Amino acid sequence: MIAERVTAQNISDNEFFYGHKACGGCGGSLAVRMALKVLGERTLLTLPAGCMSAVSFNYPQMSYANNAIISAFAGTGAVMSGLKAGAEAMGLKDYHVLGIAGDGGTADIGLQALSGLIDRNDDAIYICYDNEAYMNTGIQKSGLTPYGSTTTTTPAGSKGKGNIKQKKNLFEIVAAHGIPYAATASVGYIEDFATKVKRASQIKGTSFIHVLAPCPTGWGIDTSETIEVAKEVVDTGLWYLAEFYDGEYHLNRHPKVFSDVTHYIRRQGRFQHLKDEDIDIIIRSRDKTWKRIEGFKE
Amino acid sequence: MSQVRFISGDEAFALGVSLARVQVISAYPITPQTIVVERLADMVEEGELDSKFVHVESEHSAMMTAMGVSAMGARAFTATSSQGLLYMAECLGYVSGGRFPIVMMNANRATALPWSIYGDHRDSLSQLDCGWIQIYVEDAQEALDMAIQGYALAESENIRLPVMVNLDGFVLTHTYEKVNIPDRETIDAFLPKRNTWDKLDLDNPVSMAFTVGPELNEEFNLLHHKASINALGELARIDKEYAKITGRSYGNAVKGYRTEDAEYVLISLGSISGLVRDAVDRLRKEGIKAGAIKIRMMRPFPKDEIAALTKNVLAIGVIDKDISFGYEGTVYTNVNSALLQKKIYIPSYNFIGGIGGRDVSVDNIESCFKEMINADTKETVRFMGLEVIDDC
Repeated sequence: MIAERVTAQNISDNEFFYGHKACGGCGGSLAVRMALKVLGERTLLTLPAGCMSAVSFNYPQMSYANNAIISAFAGTGAVMSGLKAGAEAMGLKDYHVLGIAGDGGTADIGLQALSGLIDRNDDAIYICYDNEAYMNTGIQKSGLTPYGSTTTTTPAGSKGKGNIKQKKNLFEIVAAHGIPYAATASVGYIEDFATKVKRASQIKGTSFIHVLAPCPTGWGIDTSETIEVAKEVVDTGLWYLAEFYDGEYHLNRHPKVFSDVTHYIRRQGRFQHLKDEDIDIIIRSRDKTWKRIEGFKE
Repeated sequence: MSQVRFISGDEAFALGVSLARVQVISAYPITPQTIVVERLADMVEEGELDSKFVHVESEHSAMMTAMGVSAMGARAFTATSSQGLLYMAECLGYVSGGRFPIVMMNANRATALPWSIYGDHRDSLSQLDCGWIQIYVEDAQEALDMAIQGYALAESENIRLPVMVNLDGFVLTHTYEKVNIPDRETIDAFLPKRNTWDKLDLDNPVSMAFTVGPELNEEFNLLHHKASINALGELARIDKEYAKITGRSYGNAVKGYRTEDAEYVLISLGSISGLVRDAVDRLRKEGIKAGAIKIRMMRPFPKDEIAALTKNVLAIGVIDKDISFGYEGTVYTNVNSALLQKKIYIPSYNFIGGIGGRDVSVDNIESCFKEMINADTKETVRFMGLEVIDDC
């Protein structure tokens, strides 16, 4: 993969996403801000229902310096195809089509339209900012909520352990379409994420980035802990940084020794109810994943 | 030079879309809509139409793709029917509220359950409130002409709303008729390339399809409502322009037949209207002063025009290929409200028929008139042509 690394030294000073009302410490808004700094003003952006549209499209106070349009919740991938086809019909040159949706908007209600987009291989970039629940509506379980997390629809109580399902493997679901470029990222490793956005922008055809983005409100962490937690989830091996291109998986970061899962779990309000044996389940699941991705190229 | 061809309603509509130089077509297949998009795909493939065909994975995505296209300032088309229309229903309000002038053909078809591929109006009438302009055509020629006029209407600066053109499933979509096809130059002069300020613009970035709080939300809806009402006058204006270049005029949003001295008038939508006129002619021979009104546009609703044609009649009837369960046909509800608002207090009857593709004969329609004349007011909402005895 080409694309020079995007770093603090070479990233644009321009801002394209400001004046919005996202919460302090919001990982999602950081991902959006960085993606737009990489892609620039000539970006045609669509977002469905979710935090990132709810905080930024409140008439008359608009928060995007580039062109932006809200999509129906299930329609992100389809609006992206429409923007691309419309831009071509209008003879436009030198622009990016970008879709940004949350975990629910991507892995649940928007999965069909995302699949259609990838199938059509329209030249566009889809970014899923994953804060691991429907945060905008008040922390309900999504298909990407991790095992053990309490949400308002999987409440941990005397019987329940919170969510008992593992996260959908969205990255590999997307890759299975034969997409030209897919990647996982975390806002904790922001240069890695920004570089992947750059790479995605140089791909002809559809590209997809799944970026983990903590939500202090939903995760029960301090607003100052977002980046630390987003690093820790990678360092513990509970999330991995990888790419898929030319039909092959590539692992970007392989910690020699994983950092302490218990520390990562115990610092978050959403996991407070978990017992040690629940943490063991999480660790075993992580190890199973790493065994599976052993075949990824380094 | 225009030419005459023997084609189906779907094919006529496809030719209209091609003459309108639609730039992007996004569609998902559903019977009886399929032929219109198949023909368009052929035209794109053969280079007759300079357009992009986007293969979407659902009707929901068909409408969302069309919205994206329209937001870029390009001309978009899609077509659907029945369950497809219902599946994309949430997108209809996005497109109308966002003021995207998309034209969609809907092949009117029954909605499940019971499952049926045959025609009635329950699909489109269920979406009257979605903010689209709704047109119903009577034959393949009107289908072609309204595909073209639909864009002129949708893109009018004082409207900027999407237009749904409805064709009765099979009766119009699959029936072959002689259709006059205008030449490209004539239509290019009538309908120039879309040119709008209301778009995503790389040189002047904007946000579209936004949220509006309670303090201003109603105002946006008022603007939408007023824009819709503008379509009544604009349809008549466009019809006159179109008549100048093609020689074909359909009048305004309603078309009366022998209503001048009529005492009993039957109101209908779409393909059944010709049959109603046949029944009128037959009854006139018997000395009965019958008349007919075809409603061409259900939204905006032409209440003044309907009132003007019915103010001297003794009774009216409305044929509905539709039933709002537990009440009455939706066209009937709309007509009655129009008459009340215009202080026209006459008996009115609702004849429910043609549901799920049931054939309606000229005899059925004659008996509707007879029931009105007999002034049997015990039951104002009646099903016609039942094959079973309604004793429940």
